[in-house]
Amino acid sequence: MNQAEKEQYLREYALLKNEGKPFFPYAVAKDAIMAMIVMAVIMLLSLMFGAELGPAVNPTTTTYVPRPDWYFFFLFELLRVMRNAPKMTDLATLGVPTLCMVGLFLLPLYDRSPERLITRRPVALAAGIATIVCIAYLTYSGAVVGSPNQLVLPVPAGLTKAQKATFLAGEIIVGESGCEGCHEIGTYGNNGPGPLLTHIGSILRPGGIASTLKNPTAPMPSFAGLAKSSPKKFDELVQFLSMLHYNSSSWTG
Amino acid sequence: MAIIGSRGRPAAPVPPAQSDELTRPEAATEASLTVVNWIDERAQLSQGLRWMMFRKVPKGINWAYTLGSATMFAFLNQAVTGVFLAMYYRPSVTGGAYESIRNINDNVFLGQFVHGMHKWGASVMIVLIFLHMGRVFFFGAYKYPRELSWIIGVVLLILTMAMGFTGYLLPFDQRSYWATIVGVNINGTAPFLGPYISDFLRGGPEFGATTLSRFYAIHMMLIPGLMAALIGLHLYLVMKLGISAPPWIKAQEPDVAIEKVEV
Repeated sequence: MNQAEKEQYLREYALLKNEGKPFFPYAVAKDAIMAMIVMAVIMLLSLMFGAELGPAVNPTTTTYVPRPDWYFFFLFELLRVMRNAPKMTDLATLGVPTLCMVGLFLLPLYDRSPERLITRRPVALAAGIATIVCIAYLTYSGAVVGSPNQLVLPVPAGLTKAQKATFLAGEIIVGESGCEGCHEIGTYGNNGPGPLLTHIGSILRPGGIASTLKNPTAPMPSFAGLAKSSPKKFDELVQFLSMLHYNSSSWTG
Repeated sequence: MAIIGSRGRPAAPVPPAQSDELTRPEAATEASLTVVNWIDERAQLSQGLRWMMFRKVPKGINWAYTLGSATMFAFLNQAVTGVFLAMYYRPSVTGGAYESIRNINDNVFLGQFVHGMHKWGASVMIVLIFLHMGRVFFFGAYKYPRELSWIIGVVLLILTMAMGFTGYLLPFDQRSYWATIVGVNINGTAPFLGPYISDFLRGGPEFGATTLSRFYAIHMMLIPGLMAALIGLHLYLVMKLGISAPPWIKAQEPDVAIEKVEV
């Protein structure tokens, strides 16, 4: 906006203001009604959903799945999406949100056109709608994404019925044990600090997998306890892991 | 002192001699007016207040314009309910934090209700901020002369998100603990300042006993103070510059009015 446009705006605004109504009581009345609605909604939400308290902190658990408040879902989801390009993780975690924030922060400094009507600001309209759609989509997919304690892998071809049952049972045990907190399995889990498990069955024999589970390298928790308390589950876990021969690019067993 | 005071000033209460002429409510009004006048004589606020309340808002203002004050109202709700929660909360890792929230939920009168209002008020505030921001964006209200209001508003948005993040840890249950660990670690991967911010938040390289009290102090002192100051500045700018008019409204009056109007 140049000086003439600024003065033109101020002139126009002064006229509009002069034609308007006093703040009290007209605007105040609307604000007060809105404030009451806000209060009523907050009270209603509190009465309906309360403030439930989960189980107390246990820093030694390895199976707990962190979930942020819903308004951080889009950030978490962004991380999940960007994690598919591991070299870009740093960029994704804070680079992208920071860039968006800076862009938002400096908006009035780079968008200086005098036009205010949104129908005559096609770039702003497109950018605004795109931002809303992106955040809504990321929030939605962050909300419905299966908990990281779940694992749904394509069942490898050519398994007998019993093997298939073991595979599905092992899948659940891996999910419950929180392996994905540190290991990547196909598109599931975190890339590190533990090694990739996508084709661990091609790297280690079942015996090797079992001994690693019992005597792991720190910080991985030992599964010797599981082997003692529930040998069947432990065996299913070992069998499942040894069936992982995925080729990460093609996803075929 | 007392003698000088009673002589030098017109007596504030109504003298007993007149009490048969004035009814009780009238006497109360008289007395309160005297108090108001006494304060205003010194603080001289009435002129500013009158200007603030009776300044005109441009024509065409609609319900979308209440979103800003609604956000502020949600902030006030957070402040008030937060004060009540702080009366019962103990930011202690070793037996205290979790139990004190349990106590609020189970024993304190209306405890869970107030806790719920604080919890859900945060969500409502976030929603209102985004709606308010959308209104300002699509109405082009961030343009000249209101650029600074927008910038302060974005800072307030970031601070509100920081409130959500720091407040999430305080109940100290499994969910809040692990989400915070992950959040702080994500922060640590940021370029340049990331590791330092993470260390500052944790109060050291590891998540320890000081972390919770640090989050508590940030959540209830540092950020609310900053936010209150910035909301004040934001409001000052709104009043000084005037509420933006909807962009599709055009002035119809001829130019005669210009002289009368302060900009």
